[in-house]
Amino acid sequence: MATLTHGAPEIAASEVNYLNVEHGWKSWLFTTDHKRIAVLYIVSITLMFFVGGFMAVLFRINLLEPEGIFAAETYNRLFSMHGIIMVFFFLVPSIPATLANFLIPIMVGAKDLAFPRINLLSWYLYVIGAFLTMYAVIRGGVDTGWTFYTPYSSTYSNSYVLAAAFGVFVAGFSSILTGLNFIVTVHKMRAPGMSWSRLPLFVWSNYATGLIQVLGTPVLAITLLLLAFERIAHVGIFDPNIGGDPILFQHLFWFYSHPAVYIMILPGMGVISEIVSCFSRKRVFGYNFVAFSSMAIAVLSFVVWGHHLFVTGQSVYTAIAFSFLSMVVAVPSAIKVFNWTATMYKGSVSFDTPMLYAFGFIGLFTIGGLTGLHLASLSTDVAMHGTYFVVAHFHYVMVGGMVMAFMGGLHFWWPKITGRMYPEAWSKFAALIVFIGFNLTFFPQFILGYLGMPRRYHAYPPEFQALNVLSTAGASILGIGYVIPMIYLIWSLKNGPKAGPNPWGAAGLEWQIPSPPTTFNFDETPIVTEEAYNYGPLEEVIG
Amino acid sequence: MLASLLPIVAAASLIADQASEQAGPVDALFWFITGVSAIMTVVIFASICFFAYKYRRRTAVHATQIEGSNKLELTWSILPFLVMLVMFGWGADLFYKAQNPPTNAMEVFVTGKQWMWKVQYPDGSREIDALHVPVGTPVKLTMASEDVIHSFSVPAFRIRHDVIPGHYDSVWFTPNKPGKYHLFCTEYCGNQHAGMTGWVYVMEPREYANWASGGGGQGTLAEQGQALFQQFGCATCHLLDQQGRCPILRGIYNKPVQLDDGRTVIADDAYLRESILDPNAKIVAGFQPDVMPHFKGQVTEENVIQLIAYIKSLSPSTPASQQGGGQPTPPTPSRAARAASQANAAKPGQAVPR
Amino acid sequence: MADTVVPAGPETAVEDIRLKHHFATSAQQMDADTLGMWTFLITEVLFFGGMFTAYVMYRNMYLGAFASTSQYMNVVLGGTNTAVLICSSLTMALAVRAAQLSNRRHQILFLILTMIFGTAFLVIKGFEYHAKWVEHLVPGFGFQYEPAQYAHHAQILFFLYFAMTGMHALHMVVGLGLLTYLVVQAYRRVFSANYFVPVEMIGLYWHFVDIVWIFLFPLLYLIGHRR
Repeated sequence: MATLTHGAPEIAASEVNYLNVEHGWKSWLFTTDHKRIAVLYIVSITLMFFVGGFMAVLFRINLLEPEGIFAAETYNRLFSMHGIIMVFFFLVPSIPATLANFLIPIMVGAKDLAFPRINLLSWYLYVIGAFLTMYAVIRGGVDTGWTFYTPYSSTYSNSYVLAAAFGVFVAGFSSILTGLNFIVTVHKMRAPGMSWSRLPLFVWSNYATGLIQVLGTPVLAITLLLLAFERIAHVGIFDPNIGGDPILFQHLFWFYSHPAVYIMILPGMGVISEIVSCFSRKRVFGYNFVAFSSMAIAVLSFVVWGHHLFVTGQSVYTAIAFSFLSMVVAVPSAIKVFNWTATMYKGSVSFDTPMLYAFGFIGLFTIGGLTGLHLASLSTDVAMHGTYFVVAHFHYVMVGGMVMAFMGGLHFWWPKITGRMYPEAWSKFAALIVFIGFNLTFFPQFILGYLGMPRRYHAYPPEFQALNVLSTAGASILGIGYVIPMIYLIWSLKNGPKAGPNPWGAAGLEWQIPSPPTTFNFDETPIVTEEAYNYGPLEEVIG
Repeated sequence: MLASLLPIVAAASLIADQASEQAGPVDALFWFITGVSAIMTVVIFASICFFAYKYRRRTAVHATQIEGSNKLELTWSILPFLVMLVMFGWGADLFYKAQNPPTNAMEVFVTGKQWMWKVQYPDGSREIDALHVPVGTPVKLTMASEDVIHSFSVPAFRIRHDVIPGHYDSVWFTPNKPGKYHLFCTEYCGNQHAGMTGWVYVMEPREYANWASGGGGQGTLAEQGQALFQQFGCATCHLLDQQGRCPILRGIYNKPVQLDDGRTVIADDAYLRESILDPNAKIVAGFQPDVMPHFKGQVTEENVIQLIAYIKSLSPSTPASQQGGGQPTPPTPSRAARAASQANAAKPGQAVPR
Repeated sequence: MADTVVPAGPETAVEDIRLKHHFATSAQQMDADTLGMWTFLITEVLFFGGMFTAYVMYRNMYLGAFASTSQYMNVVLGGTNTAVLICSSLTMALAVRAAQLSNRRHQILFLILTMIFGTAFLVIKGFEYHAKWVEHLVPGFGFQYEPAQYAHHAQILFFLYFAMTGMHALHMVVGLGLLTYLVVQAYRRVFSANYFVPVEMIGLYWHFVDIVWIFLFPLLYLIGHRR
């Protein structure tokens, strides 16, 4: 970034932006600028992503041999910590706390989120939660799986459940505050003329995400708190010894955690809407339907949690109702996929890096979503529950979907965030490597699951070895695919060519201000007179 | 030599075993969903590739702005939904039909414990991490957990059910292909979760009869229960034919019981289990709480299964010969006898166990 | 409400409307604060909702045991606490009104009254907790219960009792902290008819905590009193 000479007036007034306006660690740790907080978040979640990813690499190595290479204890802690870190410390905050934090105020034409200090508090809570969880990791880890099922977690496990659960509890409040900030910002901070029907779809999807964060996360918080009490007092409401029902924990847990999987995909869908529209130079096909489907997903996500309990012996009629509702929630997701595809129709499609990630997202999310049908339908779920089929399914959605969208979004808005472009060839190469590595890692797991291999096994029958070796090989490629962008993106901070305000010729308020933006985003409040995605010919924008 | 090749050959097989009557219909649905998904995926992939190529960016060719189309939106909302309704209905139908086991099902008791499966047969024989069943006979498993949640799963049968501490769970299947199949625990249950595996042996009825006749040795499950009944001194209060300090147990199984709070419950397995482990939980009308000691921690889930088998066997019609020692009448014929009768009906085995 | 327009800027004097830099008008700021507070209260409803769900489920399963626990609940103290909290809500509402009327003296008076009621609630609650401890009714710490047939299931209720009232008491403590802040600010003449959002927001929070108790009291204390 800019030079650190005493008092920075050397920068020309036109060059002042949110990155170089102030210097020193205090200017970052006490900032209330949503853009700086977003950058803090990007750094933090990237660290957590690589910690969680490193664990994945380790346990994939373990699975090279049918009898396992590490001790069972090590393996169990690795996969549990991988799940906890990736879900609560990467996927949940991934897009909302970074890209959306950076972009939502700009996209609605505001100077900041409604509650800047709460935004900073949310980052601090995230960091405290992350430290608590890392403390659990360093002390020896947790072996309950990310789902913390009782009574194993409350009574039997001798790992560091309390620290990890408390870490997730604290991070949960970070997520609640982010969601709350988005909801209020979208409702109350829109610039004149920015009506609901003119909001970019990225804002819509993050608004829907905010609703889920606000309504679901508190239930997880109280559930983990009750679990912690139970672990401390050795008696509690989930304890079967006194007539408590461990299945109640699963109901409460999934009441949050199923909506939470939509926290982990809706923002990604928003990113894809922006990218597909920009690189097709066309407004999103069926804007209303795409926006409405985000809201439909948010609402329906709260009534499908029971499909995680089909084999627990819940009443058959309950199971049938949840199966039906799970089918219903698939419809809005399908609508989105069709609309993105139709957006390209008669467009002017270019193949820049963000678009490559968007292609990857649509393809992988389609597979991830459709295999969800196997798990929503009752009798096939009974056959596939708890196997690698489930693992493959949600990795297609979470990694193939959300991580692809995160990478796509990061590449799309990187010039806006940093003011620099990254090397085109390397970024396209990395996108390809990620796509290949991902499919090689997770497609074999569908077959493994169909053949019956249970998840969370550190050792497995020898007939599953070939597919596991294939999967581990894929994981190593996928790992490389994630390290390459890390290198060239950091390199680009100093060495990348300067990006203009609008390198893609994109529509949207964020592209009408300098890159990087100034602290208050807009010199004067913008007045919006046109709909989102008002794309004209490229020549008129870039000239 | 040949043995070392086996894993590779098995790995090459990408078709899952089907070894129960449930497996076929479930697989039909599985392949239906997979087929529909594959078509959808191909359609979407093809359109993306086609559009990306056809409408690739060219100079002086501009995008045509299209608002959207309600007709199209409705089509691609409703059509997939109808197809999904088929998947839902089909799956729900199979699931619903699989709820209740046939009345003639052979009953086997399974206890999950970190990290093993303990199996008890009505004739009193026991196994660990292995389950032997005759081909063609419906088998109902009554399952309990000693500690955490486990899940009983036999992929080749396409069945699975969680085993939750605190009550009984059950699952049933009708094996239809002799062989040796994996039994897995599929709910993470701690350190050696991956070691909580075993085999299900599906045998030809005749072969099974042979195997079953070799088992036992400690008497039937009910006889084992009777021994426990004596050992724990249950008979001092639960007199068999006259009112003692505790209710008479003869003929109580699956009959309604009036409780002191006015409710009526059925004395099924779950009720009997609770009454053994936590006698104060439900007090029969006219009796005092706190008379019977708690047996939680004194008896294992396996013991409870034996005691319940004994209570079941106390038929109301049999007159008592002596206090506390009524001759149990087994509710089901011995496994060997059943299997032998099955053998007469079944055709000689075509398939060879792997 | 406040239609006075004041130039934006972080260094606005204390007496002025505290318009933060990123809001266009103070009406917008107030709208945002209000919506934020209501959204926060919805998360609180769901936070307590988890425990209420557990309560409803187990009460259905173990009605007898739950009803029998009422003999150990001190309805007099619980009832007194209900009255105390309702009074505190009244004084809180009066404090908000005083702030809106720029009546600093009344505002401080009612805020302090609210704090006194809140503290009284916590003290009474403390006596109740102590009694439970003496009677061995704390689950996990030498729990003993008569009638014995309900000992197991009554533990579930007492676990919920401590979890729910404890979480409620924690909210009260937080509320008292916020009220202290309000008193200090009121003393410094921060609030007036032009700027009273914090008083109103903390008032909303206080009423919410009050309402939670209105549900807790009958559910926990009066199960066995059905005649």
